[in-house]
Amino acid sequence: MDLGVNMPVIGRHKRVLAVVLLALAIGGALAALAVYLHRVDIPVLEPKGPIASQEQHLIIITALLSLFVVIPVLGLVVAFAVKYREGNTKAQYSPTLASSKRFETAWWIYPSALIVVLSIITWNSAHSLDPYKPLDSKTPALTIQVVSLDWKWLFIYPDQRVACVNEMVIPNDTPIDLLLTSDAPMNSFWIPQLSGQIYAMPGMQTQLHLEASSAGTFRGLSANISGAGFSSMTFQTNSTSLSAFRQWIDAAQRSPKALNQGAYSVLARPTENAPISCYADSDTSLFSSIILRYMTPDSSSMSMAPGSRSMNMAEASS
Amino acid sequence: MTLANEVTGRLTWGAFLHGLITEGAVFGMLLAIIALAALVTYKRRWRWLWREWLTTVDPKKLGVMYILVAITMLVRSGADVLLMRLQQATSVGSSQGVIPTSMFQQLFSAHGTIMIFFVAMGLMFGIINLVLPLQIGSRDVAFPFLNATSFWLFAAGMALVNVSLGIGQFSAAGWLAYPPLSELQYSPGVGVSYWIWSLQIAGIGSLLAAVNFFVTILRMRCPGMTLMKMPMFAWSVLCSMFLAMFAFPILTVTLALLFLDRAIGTHFFTAGGGGNMMMYVNLIWAWGHPEVYILVLPAFGIYSEVVATFSRKPLFGYASMVVALIAITILAFSVWVHHFFTMGAGADVNGFFGIMTMIIAVPTGVKIFNWLATMFRGRIKFATPMYWFMGFVGLFTIGGVAGVMLAMPAIDFQLHNSLFLVAHFHTMLVSGVLFGDFAGLIYWFPKVCGFRLNERLLRYSFWCWFIGFIVVFVPLYILGFMGATRRLDHYAASTGWQPLFIVSGLGSLIIAAGLALLILQVGVSIRQRATTRDVDGDPWNGRTLEWTTTSPPPVYNFATIPVVHGRDPFWAAKQQDAAPSGTRVFSDIHMPKNTPVGMFVGGFAFLVGFTLIWHIYWLTILAVLGLLITAAIRTTSTDESEYIIPASEVARLESSLQGVPA
Repeated sequence: MDLGVNMPVIGRHKRVLAVVLLALAIGGALAALAVYLHRVDIPVLEPKGPIASQEQHLIIITALLSLFVVIPVLGLVVAFAVKYREGNTKAQYSPTLASSKRFETAWWIYPSALIVVLSIITWNSAHSLDPYKPLDSKTPALTIQVVSLDWKWLFIYPDQRVACVNEMVIPNDTPIDLLLTSDAPMNSFWIPQLSGQIYAMPGMQTQLHLEASSAGTFRGLSANISGAGFSSMTFQTNSTSLSAFRQWIDAAQRSPKALNQGAYSVLARPTENAPISCYADSDTSLFSSIILRYMTPDSSSMSMAPGSRSMNMAEASS
Repeated sequence: MTLANEVTGRLTWGAFLHGLITEGAVFGMLLAIIALAALVTYKRRWRWLWREWLTTVDPKKLGVMYILVAITMLVRSGADVLLMRLQQATSVGSSQGVIPTSMFQQLFSAHGTIMIFFVAMGLMFGIINLVLPLQIGSRDVAFPFLNATSFWLFAAGMALVNVSLGIGQFSAAGWLAYPPLSELQYSPGVGVSYWIWSLQIAGIGSLLAAVNFFVTILRMRCPGMTLMKMPMFAWSVLCSMFLAMFAFPILTVTLALLFLDRAIGTHFFTAGGGGNMMMYVNLIWAWGHPEVYILVLPAFGIYSEVVATFSRKPLFGYASMVVALIAITILAFSVWVHHFFTMGAGADVNGFFGIMTMIIAVPTGVKIFNWLATMFRGRIKFATPMYWFMGFVGLFTIGGVAGVMLAMPAIDFQLHNSLFLVAHFHTMLVSGVLFGDFAGLIYWFPKVCGFRLNERLLRYSFWCWFIGFIVVFVPLYILGFMGATRRLDHYAASTGWQPLFIVSGLGSLIIAAGLALLILQVGVSIRQRATTRDVDGDPWNGRTLEWTTTSPPPVYNFATIPVVHGRDPFWAAKQQDAAPSGTRVFSDIHMPKNTPVGMFVGGFAFLVGFTLIWHIYWLTILAVLGLLITAAIRTTSTDESEYIIPASEVARLESSLQGVPA
């Protein structure tokens, strides 16, 4: 079959030049990428806590194991394309070769063996890195209750009776037990440098355990779309020494604002780019009351959900 | 309630008013439709359009219609992508970018919805319609009228999505509309309603098509073609349609339950009132995961055909390939939780589904090795379909590695919903489904239209797609590791993400060039068709039955139904210098008559959806009545639904077709 392509005939010199230019272009792009990657933060690959650290190890192990498939497949497809192209008249042509029990068995077994190894790692790591599993530590854990709102994060410290918006301060090398819920649509709580994420859902409580292994400020965000202000749902996690943490608690406890039910219902209204602020003397039953409110008989009526759009919209159709 | 509200529901003039960009898009759409109508009028082709295309039940024509709709939607959704990439490249720090948040959120919701339901499904059903009956030696599908109805339901769903651009707005809740965001509480407008009804209507069309093709393969293969002798593409369609038959009902029910929540205040998925949003997530992904296999299996089937034909060797390991297809089909129902490991199901559940997801990688890998073995010791002609295959192997392997990472719950906790995930599933869908469908379109184009496409422009288009894809998505893989989640329309400059977003945006321009070339070359090829005419029906030295007919085939496909004795029957016949089919004794051929009923069903379905969205209930009742009456008329009609081509006419047609193999 003549394809009638009439591709232009390129002289040998021009072809060499083309290859050199292509190599330079790709090399240049890769070099620029390397410089860029060296200068930016790559939180998932630069963990600052034991959980994220274990997750990063898994990423690297899995990538390396995958090479057992990537290298043969890419190598063979290029090798076969070059060797068995019709222009290469020296290659053997076996027009009736259509099966081989030996080879077919081999390539059922080879990926299966790889998958067995990966499955063992999958099962073990699913258990060891279960977000609900408390961290092994001699240091007593700090409990923080997290509420995702439209469009900000509320951090309640039930034992210290302070609450903060969009900033979570924690002592380093201390296990943090997070209890999460939402008074807004489904969100996902994620501090990439410290650990993987967990969903926060209204009417439900989820858990996450993490720890920061050094002092620092870590970026946090929501990883599940929750409406118009979703992009602004970033928050800050400050990990400090224990003494600095205690000082921060003291300062927060002297805040003139108190997080009672009234203050909370104002806070829960939809706002974007909420500034960091702290409350003192927070109501210790606030977190459970937020969850329980979704269990009452009239919980689904629209006025009961502070984040609901219809609270602020004149026409609420049904 | 005033009279206006009774008559027009909640549809007001305000629904027609939008921002500049949207109005521009609407204007462009209307202009295109008017221009098309003007052209048809000028050429006086309305009668022809009605008779030959709008009322057809011929799968060869329905296939073309599916593909035209799909390509149009590809262009529309591609334009949406360019806007999104522009926004993400510019909306940093104090700049808010070029479009408001509400538009951005509708864009990504529409992009996913359109690409999956109207581009990928459209291309797939189009190619199946064009190729399947010919490949199995049949004249038509099992239920021709149902086939037409499926297309018109698909078109009605497509119409609803596009109407949402001009009247009201589309959903801003993502392509799967998780509650409670998609519940009335948080999405009180018409957007999610449009999403529900366009998917519900198109989904019913898909379910009917799945039943149709499944029965066709089981019941209408020509004599001698046992299941283990039929082409691998037919096997892949059989498995895909099996998946569709069991998955789409889940979608239908889930959409109905969400509709009930929004319309009459039930509490299936609401926050509070006893609703459980996690149930929705489970149900929608119990459909959603099989859906991606529904799309990719026929693409795998296309690769099997393409690699075998252009390597000039039989597909290696036929039995293994069938086992692999069946394994993928069964396993496809056992992995859905991997889409939400982060929802808190616990280590045992997550671990189980992670392992099942790993296992499904095995038959997929087996298929790739068999394709490689087909190339081994072949004599490979690198026509453009082979380029798409090579691009697929390269990209799909890398995307598969990303998938293995995501399949491990502990890793997924870090990468779920990040741009790494976005890059992964685009790699699978673009290099698997889209490249495969492109390869199929190019491969079978001569059969449908009678001439080959311009190879040079096709190659330029391929390189734009391949290189463009890498430039768009490698930055996104990296951004995932940098803690960038998906669907953000603004981010802080301190993240350092902007350069990668800019590179990604430039890549999308390269892909746009590739798409433009792909479409342009059709025009160029049409102009050059005298030089690339397919004179004998076999432009690629093919192996299977579709290449035994003329290009294009006669309306009845085969004057005499072929009898086959093994795999690749046409290739075998050519080796023996003999014809694959029996003797040339013609008999009367019964063909299904054209009917406008499919179009009416689609039209009434569109009306049902539109009026439910806008609460114009009196019109809903009329539209439902219309559907029922149409069904009643069709069912009880005593008119003959078939017509007969007498044997003498068949003989005359056959002898007038030049160079028809006996």
